[in-house]
Amino acid sequence: MVTGTIIKVSGPLVVAAGMNGAKMYDVVKVGSQRLLGEIIELRGDEASIQVYEETTGMRVGEPVESTGEPLSIELGPGLLASGLFDGILRPLNVIAEQAKADGAHPGYIRRGVEIPSLDRSKKWTFTPVAKKGDTVVSGDILGTVQETELILHKIMVPFGVSGTVTEIKSGDFTVTDTVATVGETPVAMMHKWPVRVPRPKQKKLKPSTPLVTQQRIVDTFFPVPKGGAACVPGPFGAGKTVIQQQLAKWSDAQVVIYVGCGERGNELTDILVEFPHLKDPKSGRPLMERTLVIANTSNMPIAAREASVYTGITLAEYYRDMGYDVAMMADSTSRWAEAMREMSGRLEEMPGEEGYPAYLGSRISAFYERAGAVVCLGSEERQGSATIVAAVSPPGGDLSEPVSQATLKVTKAYWGLDASLAAKKHFPSIHWLNSYSLYQPNVEDYFIKAAGTDWPELRDEAMRVLQKENELDDIIKLVGMDALSPQEKVLLDTARGLREDYLQQNAFDDIDAFASTRKMYLMLKAMMTFHREATALVTKTPDIDISAITEIELRDTIARLKQTPESDIEPIVALIESIPSTLAALSDTEGTGDFGVNKTINGM
Amino acid sequence: MKAWHKTIKEVAGSLVIIEKVKDVAYEEVVEIKDADGNIRKGRVLEVYRDTAVVQLFTGTNGLDTENAQAAFLGETLKFGVSEDMLGRVFNGAGEIKDGGPAIIPEAKLDINGAPINPGMREFPSQFIQTGISTIDGMNALVRGQKLPIFSGSGLPHSQIAAQIAQQAAVITVENGEKIKKADEKFAVIFAAMGVTFEEAQFFTDSFEQTGAMERAAVFINTADDPIVERVTLPRLALTLGEYLAFEKDMHVLVIMTDMTNYADALREISASRKEIPGRRGYPGYMYTDLATLYERAGLIQGRKGSLTQVPILTMPDDDKQHPIPDLTGYITEGQIMVDRTLHTQGIYPPIQPIGSLSRIKVDKKATREDISAVGDQLSASYAKGREIKELALILGESALSETDRAYIRFADEFEKRYIAQAKGENRSILDSLDIAWELLEILPVKELKKVSSAFIEKYGNRTA
Repeated sequence: MVTGTIIKVSGPLVVAAGMNGAKMYDVVKVGSQRLLGEIIELRGDEASIQVYEETTGMRVGEPVESTGEPLSIELGPGLLASGLFDGILRPLNVIAEQAKADGAHPGYIRRGVEIPSLDRSKKWTFTPVAKKGDTVVSGDILGTVQETELILHKIMVPFGVSGTVTEIKSGDFTVTDTVATVGETPVAMMHKWPVRVPRPKQKKLKPSTPLVTQQRIVDTFFPVPKGGAACVPGPFGAGKTVIQQQLAKWSDAQVVIYVGCGERGNELTDILVEFPHLKDPKSGRPLMERTLVIANTSNMPIAAREASVYTGITLAEYYRDMGYDVAMMADSTSRWAEAMREMSGRLEEMPGEEGYPAYLGSRISAFYERAGAVVCLGSEERQGSATIVAAVSPPGGDLSEPVSQATLKVTKAYWGLDASLAAKKHFPSIHWLNSYSLYQPNVEDYFIKAAGTDWPELRDEAMRVLQKENELDDIIKLVGMDALSPQEKVLLDTARGLREDYLQQNAFDDIDAFASTRKMYLMLKAMMTFHREATALVTKTPDIDISAITEIELRDTIARLKQTPESDIEPIVALIESIPSTLAALSDTEGTGDFGVNKTINGM
Repeated sequence: MKAWHKTIKEVAGSLVIIEKVKDVAYEEVVEIKDADGNIRKGRVLEVYRDTAVVQLFTGTNGLDTENAQAAFLGETLKFGVSEDMLGRVFNGAGEIKDGGPAIIPEAKLDINGAPINPGMREFPSQFIQTGISTIDGMNALVRGQKLPIFSGSGLPHSQIAAQIAQQAAVITVENGEKIKKADEKFAVIFAAMGVTFEEAQFFTDSFEQTGAMERAAVFINTADDPIVERVTLPRLALTLGEYLAFEKDMHVLVIMTDMTNYADALREISASRKEIPGRRGYPGYMYTDLATLYERAGLIQGRKGSLTQVPILTMPDDDKQHPIPDLTGYITEGQIMVDRTLHTQGIYPPIQPIGSLSRIKVDKKATREDISAVGDQLSASYAKGREIKELALILGESALSETDRAYIRFADEFEKRYIAQAKGENRSILDSLDIAWELLEILPVKELKKVSSAFIEKYGNRTA
């Protein structure tokens, strides 16, 4: 055991001398309060340590003790059941209980609390899957534990272990009890994993199933597959957090890891309060049973903020290894980068762009590379995935800054949030013209099957309409609406409908908050069918009054389709079929040309 | 008792470097005695072997390296707080400024506080009525929220803040028609950083006139007071706020003005420490630093009180992307924008709903069910109205359709009747909603996409 003494304290950075034999990234206990820290630089016998807690009151001369292990987290049953941890996976609820028991204020986080992530006394029912005598390799499933009603926790043969199962138990055990023996190695339900090391897998696969988010603009135009990486950059107030929360709620991931990294405390409370009441659409169980929150708010120590992103992705990989589709939300990676910048500054490293360390880009890419659809370890050829959806908070909304640029290099889906849309209360404020997803071809087959064969056609046509609208807007600003052809006027009306009634989706509305692929398809089909028929009509009868088309009641019915509950969407098929005849009827009655502008305004 | 060190090596800016010291703690409080025996306080910023870097809370005028001495007090900075501090005025060092009697502290607390455990927070939802339509009806303030006012120099943000301090009340609406005021202990803490004498005077006068002074604690650091105190002042104010809220069950509203002066002080200190500057010379850790102030707002499970913050900042050159408003916006739960154009049009309060935002939704059951839908509808329609107005400037009114003209009428009326209020008018939320529905009558019903048909039927005054 290496022990040294503190020679320097400067905020979260502590330097200790006499640390010969300590290794980079070893975890150390700092000072008489034994605060947790990590070695981030070694020079001679001096180690620079980032401390995960406030260092106020720490003195030169206090002892530093190395544990000889890198920063690792405990993995095993009880993670999802507990649900809320800080950046280095300390259970926040237990911290509060302990504070209460010690007579301290339970509302605040005290320093120097040493609490294991997993409850050592709780017993879990272990159901064996492997049998005595089976030959197993790393990653094979030895047994299962029902962690929450939604998630069956799989106990796997640890990495580096293989052989014959010489003993396997059944019944109630704590996480540290031996439940099986493989060869000579006893296996407990819990093991530790260093957070900065990606968990091994057999191989990576090309992601090809979409993460169905039930958010129309995402699924339709900018999908992300299970195992992909998406980034959501935007200025403050554009709705990054709401999008992340919507995905955590409505996407079809089986496990959600939500990392609140240097963000608002109340937002995390929002999740903790709301999710237990929201039901998983498939099972009807509370969403909290599949959600794990890592909370390191902006006023919590920055070194732990730096670690929180790694803690989150390690957890995601762990559940991925069980064969689950995991989605990790990181809000916000800019705060993570800022934590790196602050530590780098205190280490007096040579700064790169805007004071960020020169290794910012490589750290960011290495993090996103941990996403992926994989074949897990083990003879079963189990598949699992970890998807990363990360918010980026560029200063002033300017994407030319280093964090955004480094992120765009490695993420293939980009949902660009737009402040002017947000100001108009157009939410989600993802801008359809500057966002992109390079994953579109990967998931095409899925949507054709799930939605309809004409899905790509409808989608591309809708996007063309939106692009054309943008061009026409410039013309209108110069010469006014009158200069447009009837076809163009119809197109503008369709574009408006797409924007207001399709792309916009109200996260706070019980019905509109989510939409199945089927509902999306029917809505889009209705809108585009109306568009085609209306265009055909004005082409045939050029002198028809446009407002007769745009203010017809059918148009309004289509606009309100988003309010249709999921149980009621099939009648939309009949509505779509009625569009051609309803519109054709207009050309028959038309003739006088004064099919009143105001006719339907008050007609509801 | 105190061990005086005569080993001061360097004095620069507000920093003093002392050598040959032992057992010094990070953040320890230090006293420096100059040749005349005057004592100043400071705290340890960094210790390296036997050298301590100390930051003084007051200026370093008259200090020398020859005769000055330093003593380390063996404790970190604590602030004595008491309920008796209400009704009193303090400076940025926490010293009494109003000439009144000394305060006997009920508790001594670390001015940096401790982070609230996210698992122990309670989610804010209780509506605070400020009596200002653009806030209550569109971007409501909620107990435990941090909602800043983004303003510019020369705009009446101080008047708005004073009005909020005076009118803020937690109310519930019973059966959608009767307003009931909650009867609870309420306190205002006012933290003024780097303000002019007149500004400080404006607030204390307005508190005294309205009788709010007896439930207010005022901390003032005027423009000529020490810079370092400007940085400690909001921490003192919030430490008292937390004590009153979470130990004494009070509902505390902390108004902090002007955060721009605070950030500038932070930059000045950072520069004197020779730190690598971030954007526009502000330190790279400014986000975290601001967060340690703003995140102290909130509610804690099992505690009756609450701490609500209304920080005020003047955006340099009205630029929302300047680092101070930018970083603030990323931490706070929305922002209220004070607008120069509305102000020059003579509209008071000149709060621009476009760009204003409150991230926390009020409990609809405690107010009226249509509150957020109507708020969204007003914003969307007003934004559209303004867009059409711009278009009309280019194309002329004749190019507009009937609906477009309705939008223009709506936008104009909205500014006149909804945004504008008489000075000192305390408009109830029900009145704000009534005006909103009257204004929405101007628009064709099919344009109202943010309100459900049920609401239109119930509140819309429309004949079917």
